[in-house]
Amino acid sequence: MADSEVLHAQHRLEYPYARSTGPIIGAFLTALRQGRFVGATGSDGKVIVPPTEYDPITSDDVGELVEVGPGGVIDSWAWVSHPLRRHPLQTPFAWALITLDGADTGMLHAVAAPGPEALSTGARVTAKFRPEAERIGSMSDIEAFVIEGGAS
Amino acid sequence: MADGTDQGPVTMLATPIRLDFEFTPGIAQSKFLRGLERGEFLGQRCGTCGKVYVPSRGTCPTDGVPTTEDVLLGNSGTVTTYCVVNVPFAGQSIEIPYICAQILLDGANLSFMGLLQEIPTDQIRMGMRVEAVWVDESELIPSLASVRYFRPNGEPDADYETYKEYL
Repeated sequence: MADSEVLHAQHRLEYPYARSTGPIIGAFLTALRQGRFVGATGSDGKVIVPPTEYDPITSDDVGELVEVGPGGVIDSWAWVSHPLRRHPLQTPFAWALITLDGADTGMLHAVAAPGPEALSTGARVTAKFRPEAERIGSMSDIEAFVIEGGAS
Repeated sequence: MADGTDQGPVTMLATPIRLDFEFTPGIAQSKFLRGLERGEFLGQRCGTCGKVYVPSRGTCPTDGVPTTEDVLLGNSGTVTTYCVVNVPFAGQSIEIPYICAQILLDGANLSFMGLLQEIPTDQIRMGMRVEAVWVDESELIPSLASVRYFRPNGEPDADYETYKEYL
């Protein structure tokens, strides 16, 4: 190699982290593996999804876990024209904050849609879970949300 | 409805992170890497304070001036500090236990980390004189992988005064 040639090298920095989920996040992920959603009841009576481990107002333990979804409403969204390798979908999709039925907070996930014109704030969506055998207790157990009654 | 109860509750979550990137070393580090390709340690001296950095980043961090004078360093150096690695970790490529040492090359004012071998782990000590063992000439590349490891070179230990500034 000539000394005048610019050196460059491919590097990969990688850590195989695992984290313990605790009783609240663990319950949420367990529910995902079962193909359903649970949220935590806060001290103000609001239902937080995904559940936080502690009450955001009082910092006490959160209250009862309640079932929510699987349908919901898009609060806000952004269209992704060029998905990246680690994105949940490899075709153009939307990131959206979705308030599930029975919840009071928005949850971030992907919405599969034919194009941005198919989406709107306030649109109803529902979760499309992966087949049971593929679910591992992770946000990726939801393949994506799809527009209710829509053709996606 | 699927209930998944036979698997028990979820208690752990795999959250691997990965960053793929391309590194371009720039002028000063390229000189260092080209030196490795020739089996040499090449550093640079600061024209203001006179300190020799290896590998050089192209500037003196103390004086903030470019380092323009190239300095060929020796193949031997002194162990300033060290760590015996006994703990296995993901991606480990060297059999434990092994010694990771900070090595101050002769003529340099900056130590760098190197693998130390050909010595039992309980005999390593600060001030030990060591030398670089290179790969075969045909296998030299512009990378620190060209240095297989360092080993004791048989010289008497360096006096503490000679390396105390570099701990």
